[in-house]
Amino acid sequence: MFLALRELHFARSRFSLMGGVVALIAVLMVMLSGLSSGLVNDGVSGLKAQPVDAFAFAEGTKTDSAFSRSIIDVSQVDVWADRPDVAAAEPLGSMLVNAHSSTDVPVDLALFGVEPGSFLEPAVAEGQRLGDPHGIVVSQTVLDDGLAVGDTLTIDRVGTELTIIGSTGNQHTFGHVDVAYLPLTTWQEVHSGASAGEEVRADAYTEASAVALQAADGRAIDLAAGDAAAGTSSKTLVESFGASPGYSAETSTLMLIQVFLYAISALVVGAFFTVWTIQRRHELSVLRAMGASTGYLLRDGLAQALIVLLASTLVGVAIGVGSGALLASTPMPFALEAPAIGLAFILLIGLGLIGAAFAIARIAKVDPLKALGGQR
Amino acid sequence: MTSTDTRASGGASDLTGAQHGLKLGDVTLTLGDGDGTVTALDRVSLTVAPGELVAVVGPSGSGKSSLLAVAGALTTPDSGSVLIDGQDLVAMRDRERTRFRLEHIGFVFQSGNLVPALTAEDQLRLALHMRGGKPARDPRELLAEVGLADKRGRRPHELSGGERQRVGIARALVCGPSLLLVDEPTSALDRARSQEIVELLARETRQAGVATVMVTHDHDILLHCDRVLEMVDGALSTASTRVSEGLDD
Repeated sequence: MFLALRELHFARSRFSLMGGVVALIAVLMVMLSGLSSGLVNDGVSGLKAQPVDAFAFAEGTKTDSAFSRSIIDVSQVDVWADRPDVAAAEPLGSMLVNAHSSTDVPVDLALFGVEPGSFLEPAVAEGQRLGDPHGIVVSQTVLDDGLAVGDTLTIDRVGTELTIIGSTGNQHTFGHVDVAYLPLTTWQEVHSGASAGEEVRADAYTEASAVALQAADGRAIDLAAGDAAAGTSSKTLVESFGASPGYSAETSTLMLIQVFLYAISALVVGAFFTVWTIQRRHELSVLRAMGASTGYLLRDGLAQALIVLLASTLVGVAIGVGSGALLASTPMPFALEAPAIGLAFILLIGLGLIGAAFAIARIAKVDPLKALGGQR
Repeated sequence: MTSTDTRASGGASDLTGAQHGLKLGDVTLTLGDGDGTVTALDRVSLTVAPGELVAVVGPSGSGKSSLLAVAGALTTPDSGSVLIDGQDLVAMRDRERTRFRLEHIGFVFQSGNLVPALTAEDQLRLALHMRGGKPARDPRELLAEVGLADKRGRRPHELSGGERQRVGIARALVCGPSLLLVDEPTSALDRARSQEIVELLARETRQAGVATVMVTHDHDILLHCDRVLEMVDGALSTASTRVSEGLDD
């Protein structure tokens, strides 16, 4: 790295310009990954929080609306529960409702009906656990929006009153709407459309949206066989994320932007080192005439690229994390997650190095004979 | 005084002193050309002893550069032998030849051809770094010897043409080569500077006991050379006076 470091110092303005571009891309990468994680959390943190391996929906349900359209019969839950590769199966009710608080603040909620005491019942950080027929346990984000444990919410149209009895302590959202857990029976009443006090049609109590499945220890659930037996269409937990409204569109858009940025970053680095290597061609031919091996010059060039990439990506990530921390406290869906940032860091450097390597490989073709005769 | 090193690949070369220096025997080199081939070197034989400065003059295209390329292990001749310190370059593989250049051959290029990013001292240190191992010469001492003690921190653009060429000479000598190949060292210099550079080359050649071949078309600088040879259409002949020992064997 004898030459690499001295050239970095000598041509520092050129290298800083290129490093600046890489750093800016790194900032953008961190912001996008924060936005991406934030949107994913906003979309499916309610599902991610469930200790569930798969969901079985009504047969023939389309993915993009599975949780809102699917209606299964509780008897199908029993079929699933009896299968040897399933440790536990529980009905889950899911629906989106509009409600308002006693002070007429409108609240949108994703009502998740679960059997109290089942593995789906959420842990409570504040207040009571599920049990009271009209008591709901809400995502922490509901409390962040100004409501408190003890407040009563009225569901629009049906008029059912629900009281916040506890909070999950963390974010549980589904399709960008806060999740409220309530006993399955109450969910079935609301889902049937019966107004408060009205008679509920009898078959309402056999309905749920999906069967939540937990695999037996160390086994993968044979979803196809189970579906055949129970007459359902099942999806793994991750597949079921696609059922969250807007989830696929958001994640694929952000993914596309990130892929393009990685490509742009690699191209910028490659283009810079191409020009840089061409500018150095005469100098390189002199060094080769002096007896520098190709390996020596390649190592030196790659070390130089690595130093620039490391430094600029580090600066960019630091700036990105710093400004991301400011965004995290705003209502914007934004979450900085170390694995995602780490991946962006590694990819930026890795792809940049590949871009640089293509350019630096030209060193191998430099002809030491060019050092003789000709003028600079 | 001889400082020819015994550092690397001693072997046969150390058996007889007579084998030190450069020895070209019947070297022929043809170069491809659009219309066919050109004979760049035509049965050239040349022996240069350690401590001897030989000048090769001739018009452009006469094969002077080809002579340097062959003697400097940059090009393999079609036939003939190239011995440096008794080692046959023709038999070597590319990788060995590259290594050999690093350890045994010093190049002085036109207008120095220094690395723009490096200070005078770092130009020498880079050569030592590429070679690895113990420095053959102390870079600072060597720079002082060529008259640049107070300019070792300057980069090429902060040096005059003559100073750049001095750095180039010091760089070529810092690894303790046995052969010094000099390509038109004064092409970018005025008369007074040219004289100084050649005097320096002559002095270093003798002090370091290195065999030096200098290619030039500047007739004013031949005074300091031990022998002057002339190259015409790829053939080498004794041009003018001075010590002229027959062309070996």
